[in-house]
Amino acid sequence: MILIKNGRVVNPGGREGQLDILIKDDKIAAIGKNVREKSARVIDAKGKIVAPGLIDMHTHLREPGREDEETIAQTSLAALKGGFTSICCMPNTSPPIDNQGTVKFIYDRANANKNGCVNIFPVGAITKGRKGEELAEIAELKEAGVVAISDDGDCVMNALLMRRAFEYSKMFSLPIISHCEDKNLSKNGVMNEGYVSTVLGLPGIPDESEEIIVYRDISLARMTAGILHIAHTSTKGSVKLIKEAKRKKIRVSAEATPHHLILSDEVVRGFDTNTKVNPPLRAREDVMALRRGLADGTIDVIATDHAPHSQEEKDEDYRTAPFGIVGLETCLALVLTELVNKKVITLRNAIAKLTTNPARILGLNKGILETGYDADIVIIDPDMEWTISPRDFVSSCRNSPFIGMKVRGRVISTIVGGRILYTL
Amino acid sequence: MGRKLLRFKRKDLLGIEELSREEIELILNTARGFKEVSVRPIKKVPALRGKTVVNLFYEPSTRTRISFELAAKRLSADVINVSTSTSSVVKGESLVDTARNIQAMEVDAVVIRHSSEGAPMLLSRVLKASVINAGDGSHEHPTQALLDMFTIMERKKKIEGLNVAIIGDILHSRVARSNIWGLTKMGARVKIAGPPTLIPPMVQDLRVQVFYRPEEALIDADVVMCLRIQLERQTSNFFPSLHEYVKVFCITPERIKLAREDCLIMHPGPINRGIEISNEVADGARSVILEQVTNGIAVRMAVLYLLLTQR
Repeated sequence: MILIKNGRVVNPGGREGQLDILIKDDKIAAIGKNVREKSARVIDAKGKIVAPGLIDMHTHLREPGREDEETIAQTSLAALKGGFTSICCMPNTSPPIDNQGTVKFIYDRANANKNGCVNIFPVGAITKGRKGEELAEIAELKEAGVVAISDDGDCVMNALLMRRAFEYSKMFSLPIISHCEDKNLSKNGVMNEGYVSTVLGLPGIPDESEEIIVYRDISLARMTAGILHIAHTSTKGSVKLIKEAKRKKIRVSAEATPHHLILSDEVVRGFDTNTKVNPPLRAREDVMALRRGLADGTIDVIATDHAPHSQEEKDEDYRTAPFGIVGLETCLALVLTELVNKKVITLRNAIAKLTTNPARILGLNKGILETGYDADIVIIDPDMEWTISPRDFVSSCRNSPFIGMKVRGRVISTIVGGRILYTL
Repeated sequence: MGRKLLRFKRKDLLGIEELSREEIELILNTARGFKEVSVRPIKKVPALRGKTVVNLFYEPSTRTRISFELAAKRLSADVINVSTSTSSVVKGESLVDTARNIQAMEVDAVVIRHSSEGAPMLLSRVLKASVINAGDGSHEHPTQALLDMFTIMERKKKIEGLNVAIIGDILHSRVARSNIWGLTKMGARVKIAGPPTLIPPMVQDLRVQVFYRPEEALIDADVVMCLRIQLERQTSNFFPSLHEYVKVFCITPERIKLAREDCLIMHPGPINRGIEISNEVADGARSVILEQVTNGIAVRMAVLYLLLTQR
């Protein structure tokens, strides 16, 4: 038994305040004032924030297929270090998660980790091989345990096929996570299209390549009464479309990443390939619009889009280097430093976007600290200052544009299913 | 004119964007002194004796590579040429690794041409040697802009206040970008024209006037710069056919009448004759296209000299 005493419990789905939490086996046994249990191991969390373990809706595993970049065990370590107790993995593994076997493989790898592993919830593919040609066996995927479907970076370009996917997935109440990108319009682009791309001479990806598909998918969700979740929203126009759709009661939710909420395309000026990500870092006004959307509830979720790439791959020139940023280890500190401490959103709202909201969208019985719930908990020191350094990353990949940045707030303990799997 | 710079303090020449007007003037003034070296019977001065310059060309280039090679040799530097077909690049070595190996050989300057934007900057972070950008993708080609400005200065005695028209594929042109930075810093009025598909977004924020029809940009021009049109652009639907491009954009004697009578005709080469510029204009009395090539050596001598002796 573990007793977490005197922490400041931030728990948007339940009781909050200066409370104690008792963990018995893998569940929360009690939460309240002055909880006593003689035989429990006591963690004094005075001055610390105690919150539900964070849930990342958008993680890229590199296993199976690219274990040289990151194994499931390494991704799990990165997640734990960042305070995440659950991650949802996108289907762009190799082989892709378009069949029961790959889903089972991922669950087995997670369960086989004797050091303990974060909860991994696979996201299945919409189409076979993520090729955008024929539907994957969605009932089979659901049975194997996927929590949503998505073709990830390969946006389904055929609107009829997407319509069928919305219709068919309704019977399992599976949300469709859409990476909105018109591939013809974004072709060859490596950064945001705008003033900076004009100066640098790099081929641009226009806002419209995202917004056209956001509009299409919102239309299809309305038409079919399907469930849509917009991945990594990056433009002002997308925020507007999503806000409008929500007002019309269409079932749409949306996420944004810390990098899109913090950085603009100005940072590409140094040609640092760690700034290369898809969707690209946008203009300053897009960053501001995303922040407003975060504050007014248009953006429900903060997700990392954790995408590890090896140093060798990122050591290439800007056109050649792959898209992607690692995010699990830095997400919380960045959110606290840049969004909470700078009063863009409240701490409670930030935690909601990292716990209760993703749990609600995906139908996970998690993200809440109440008696009977899974003991997935994170303890955060809100005042600890540290500098994001390449040496600190537990993964072999350190493709982060935030290296060198000073941040405030650090995870000091992560508990998954009643087991303390990470301590600073 | 602002204060006169006497020393050039940079390690690298990566682009014109980063240069001040004073720095540009220092390079142009230095080049003026070096131009005379190339007409001597013995075309050599000992300024860079004992220095090593590596020409690292990842893209085919004849003119620029020879120009840099001659510039270095006329300053008595030792020059090594590396091109992709002969180097370990084809064996899959990364740019950073190539740079580290060059660093290990203790060279003094690396001149790099690369198809990817930012490659010279990447190299400059790894190398202690000076890095000179000889063209990176669609980003910058600073020595081309400097030699263009040198040529204008020589002919017109000034740049300030001149009308310069840049015509053609602005979107993919590193020559256009470097010239836009340089000419606007030097006080020229820059007008660009090209099909809207080949005009980059928000380019007006670079303090240029944007036109689509070449006629509009040509009116009262003191200088006309024609850009090379890459023949493969038509397959990406930037324009329907070369035939149509020629019809709308080719700088012909008829169109050039709109410019000032004493206007200079420039082209960074290599020319697609009869496509972006007609033979009559390219070879006409107002053309300074071959002077640009001559001046390129003096300007590159100045750049090498300033980077390698004044830091």
